[in-house]
Amino acid sequence: MAWFESLGMALIDVLIAGLMLIVGLFPEALSAPFDYAFMQRALLTSILVGAICGLLSCFVVLKRWSLLGDAISHAVLPGVAIAYLLGWPFFIGAFLAGAVSALGIGALERHTRIKSDAAMGLMFTFAFALGVVIIGKIATNTHLMHILFGNVLGVQYPALMLTLFSGVVALVAVWVFYRSLVLYTFDPMQAQALGFNTSVVHYGLILLLTLTIVASLETVGIILVVAMLITPGATAHLLTDRLTTMMLLSVGTGILSAVLGLYLSFLFDVASGGAIVLVATALFAVALLAAPRHGLVGRWWRRRRGAAAMVP
Amino acid sequence: MSEVVHQSLPAVEVRHVYAAYDGQAVLEDVHIDLPAGEWTAIIGPNGAGKSTLFRILLGVMKAQRGQVQVLGQEPSAQRRAGVMAYMAQQEAVEWDFPISVRDTVLTGRYGHMRGDAFWRRIVPPRWCDPRHWAVVRQALKAVDMQDYADRPIGALSGGQKKRVLLARALAQEARVLLLDEPLAGVDTASERLIMKVLDGERRSGRTVIMVTHDMDSARRYADKVLLLNRQVVGMGAPERMLVDEMLARTAAAGWVRDHEPLVEAS
Ligand SMILES: Nc1ncnc2c1ncn2[C@@H]1O[C@H](COP(=O)(O)OP(=O)(O)OP(=O)(O)O)[C@@H](O)[C@H]1O
Ligand SMILES: [Mg+2]
Repeated sequence: MAWFESLGMALIDVLIAGLMLIVGLFPEALSAPFDYAFMQRALLTSILVGAICGLLSCFVVLKRWSLLGDAISHAVLPGVAIAYLLGWPFFIGAFLAGAVSALGIGALERHTRIKSDAAMGLMFTFAFALGVVIIGKIATNTHLMHILFGNVLGVQYPALMLTLFSGVVALVAVWVFYRSLVLYTFDPMQAQALGFNTSVVHYGLILLLTLTIVASLETVGIILVVAMLITPGATAHLLTDRLTTMMLLSVGTGILSAVLGLYLSFLFDVASGGAIVLVATALFAVALLAAPRHGLVGRWWRRRRGAAAMVP
Repeated sequence: MSEVVHQSLPAVEVRHVYAAYDGQAVLEDVHIDLPAGEWTAIIGPNGAGKSTLFRILLGVMKAQRGQVQVLGQEPSAQRRAGVMAYMAQQEAVEWDFPISVRDTVLTGRYGHMRGDAFWRRIVPPRWCDPRHWAVVRQALKAVDMQDYADRPIGALSGGQKKRVLLARALAQEARVLLLDEPLAGVDTASERLIMKVLDGERRSGRTVIMVTHDMDSARRYADKVLLLNRQVVGMGAPERMLVDEMLARTAAAGWVRDHEPLVEAS
């Protein structure tokens, strides 16, 4: 494992050096905060988290899985707590807890008459309550706050490595299984009729979602990660009618929100997770107003022109 | 000319099939052959189990008892092999999905793309083997939707969507077409178009199996009619199945079994 770790560290250092070259192109006033090593790590983490969340958020939005994302992210909490108790790395506990609760939700909705939204609400509030109780016993409030709301300025190498690893896995998975994912999201029945194994695709996508959530924990925290899994995809969905374009736009807005949010949080000394999500929402608002086909202004304009054309 | 199709092997063999949902019997002892290279219309009242039979033929639902073979093989294997194309009665399609009409039809080729060169399988589908695009163009032309190819799928009317889904089924170039009420919610012009397309498919040797409530089109186009309501009521030429007595028997067959199924030799 040691070579793996040093390889990861070296890769991170290379990436950071590359980023600093780009940051150096900006005027001094903008680039000054990134003289600090912790800001450099935070920048790389933010970019990675923005990109992974942006990518996955396309599927979350199109598959109407927003609530599921919310459920998994909350269900991660007891996993973090139990891992802490057992002395495991936190992400293993988080990943297991997220996966188990996603399976539990699936089992509840398949084998009982409970509807999926109730199944999710039930599972995630239970898991979250369990997490709050355990953490209350073993850790301080600041610790809890960091898990809940993230602390990107305090990111260290191990967390950065996890984020990088998750990013690579998510990218490769979406790339390799693009067709299955598209077909399963667009028309699950057709996917089945064409001989795709839809259960594998379904649970694979859930695991990918869980991985993304775990990777984003330290940056935006449990409560706000779901915003990064919804907002970039929703923004991009307003802007285009092509999936590949939507993915690029979504990754772009994800990265832009994360970087801008990080910068603003440093500048005004506010919580980074909150700042990132606020920027993402602001971008969404701009798209909602100004999107060419699906934007409110465009629609209003077309309606007015249409009404004018109808009057002789 | 279309008589060259060998009549010996049935396309679909249903052997004493029982099916149920939560213990509620839906199909009871359904035992029938559907001929290859012919057009069979399946007719029966709402809740007769027609869509259920399709689910069993596709292998996405298991029969409680009995067996089904499609062209001599297990349904689920044939499904993977791309032998069957299926048009569902109630689509599970996400119409807001950002995909064009052309790319929607291309998804019908995703099964065949498993046979593409490796590098084509790891790049976005739009760079797939050009022969897939040729099939897509042809399918769009067949349903007269080529002018809409660049439209987002959500920006079509209900009947146009149906035609695109038919094009997607055609693009699969499957030997057996399973169509669950392809005419529901379609105007007469589109209906005629769809029937013409299916007739062309049948003439080129494909097996067409269609559920419909439209007796007129069944009478006009189908080679065989299968009357189904929980059990097989009859199977044979349209002019002998679509008569008042047989239709009355079909309506009653959901509750009672007072006649042996009337199955004509093909
Ligand atoms: N998913 C399901 N769960 C429980 N029962 C079902 C399910 N699907 C169908 N059924 C029942 O099985 C019976 C047959 O349904 P099926 O959909 O096969 O009928 P159908 O012949 O296709 O009818 P229609 O003409 O209305 O489409 C019906 O009584 C229906 O209530
Ligand atoms: Mg039906």
